[in-house]
Amino acid sequence: MAPAEQLTAEALRLPDAATTAGEIAERLREVVYKDLRRRGAVVGLSGGVDSSLVAHLCAKAFGPERVLGVLMPEGESAADTLDLSNVAAEAAGVETVLEDITELLRAAGCYERRDAAIRTVMPEYADGWRAKIVLPSLLGGSRYSLFTVVAESPEGERLEARLTATAYREVVAATNFKQRVRKMLEYYHADRLDYAVVGTPNRLEYDQGFFVKNGDGSADVKPIAHLYKTQVYQLAEEVGVPAVIRERPPTTDTYALEQSQEEFYFSVPFDKLDLCLYALNEGASAEVAAAAAGLPTEVVERVYEDIERKRRAAAYLHAPPLLLEP
Amino acid sequence: MPSPDAIEQEVRQFLKDNFPLSADGVVLDRDDSLIEVGVIDSTGVLELIGFIEERYEVQIADEEVLPENLDSIACITRFVGEKTAASNGAG
Repeated sequence: MAPAEQLTAEALRLPDAATTAGEIAERLREVVYKDLRRRGAVVGLSGGVDSSLVAHLCAKAFGPERVLGVLMPEGESAADTLDLSNVAAEAAGVETVLEDITELLRAAGCYERRDAAIRTVMPEYADGWRAKIVLPSLLGGSRYSLFTVVAESPEGERLEARLTATAYREVVAATNFKQRVRKMLEYYHADRLDYAVVGTPNRLEYDQGFFVKNGDGSADVKPIAHLYKTQVYQLAEEVGVPAVIRERPPTTDTYALEQSQEEFYFSVPFDKLDLCLYALNEGASAEVAAAAAGLPTEVVERVYEDIERKRRAAAYLHAPPLLLEP
Repeated sequence: MPSPDAIEQEVRQFLKDNFPLSADGVVLDRDDSLIEVGVIDSTGVLELIGFIEERYEVQIADEEVLPENLDSIACITRFVGEKTAASNGAG
C-alpha cells in the first residue's frame, strides 16, 4: 500500500486480489485444522458482503461440502435478507440451514423490552410502529453526536426523540439478543458438526467495536478482520460474490426501520471512514487524509478523534474474561 | 438559584458517583476535557444531560449539546448557571 504522504483514495486497493484470497484461504485451513482441530466451518449468512465473502473464502479453504451457512432471519429483518443470503450460499456452493429466530427472541423479551424502553422517551410508540436508532452525522458540525430514536407509525407518521442514557442502554441491551441468539445457533451447528464458527467482521467493524460482545463479536476465527471495507468489496468481486450483494448499501439489519451502518455507528460514509482509518494507522496527518478523502480537514480531525474514542470504548468488547491470578 | 461553587461541587459528585474513571481517584481540573480524559463517552454525555435536566429543572435543546457547554467542569458550571438564570428569569 502507498506510503502515507502519497495517500490517495486508491491507497487501499489490494495489488493482487486473487493472491490475497488464496493466502487467506490457506491460512484459514491451517488455523481451523491444526490449531482449532475442527473439520469445517459454520458461517452465519446475513446477505451482506462480509458474510458472503467469508462463505466464499471458507468454501475455498475447506471445500464447499465442509461449510454450513446458517440463515437466521427474524420478524424485523429486511425483506431481501433471506433471498440475498441464499444467493450468497448458492454462489459459494455451500449448504444452508434456515433458523427463524423470531420465536426465540420473543421468548427472551427482545421486542417487548426494547419497545418499553422506547416508550419512555416516545409515549406515542405503539404496536405496529417501526423504529431505529440514529447517530447524527459527524459531518454536520461540532455538536456531540447524540443517539436518537426515529419511529414511524403504520400510517407513515415519523417521530424523533433524543434518547436518555437509560433508554439507550435498554434498547441496545434488548436488541443485542438478536446477535447473541444467532451466535448461540451458530455454535449449536458447529458443535454438532465439529466445525469452527467463522466470524465475519471487517477491519472497520473489528477496530471500532461495531459488534456485540458474545454476539457477532464471538467466533473461533475472524478471517477478514484485517481487511478494510474497501478491500472486502474488492475481494468479494474477485472470489465471485454476486453483484446484487456487493451493490447493496451496508445495513445493520437490526432495527425494523431501515438503517444504514452510517446512521447507527459510523457517522461518515464508510469509504471515507475507511480511508481515514487507514491514514490514521499509517501516521498521516489530518490534512493529508482530508485531501485524499475529499473532506474538510476539520472533519477529518473530528473523525480521528471519534476513531480513538471508539477504540477506547471497544477495549471492553475485545477483552477476554480477565483472571485475577495467573 | 444555586451558586457556581455549589453547581461545581454537585457536578464533581455526579461524575464521581457515575463514571468509574472519575471514581478511581482521577482528580479533574476544572478545564480538563471530560471526553479526552476518558471520563465520559457518548452515552455518558446523555447521562450528563439527564442529570442536569433533572437536578436543575431545565431543558437542554439539541443545539446546546456542544463541547463548549459540557466538556469540562468549568463549562458545565457556567452553562448550568446560565440555564438556571434563564429559567428563573422566565419563571
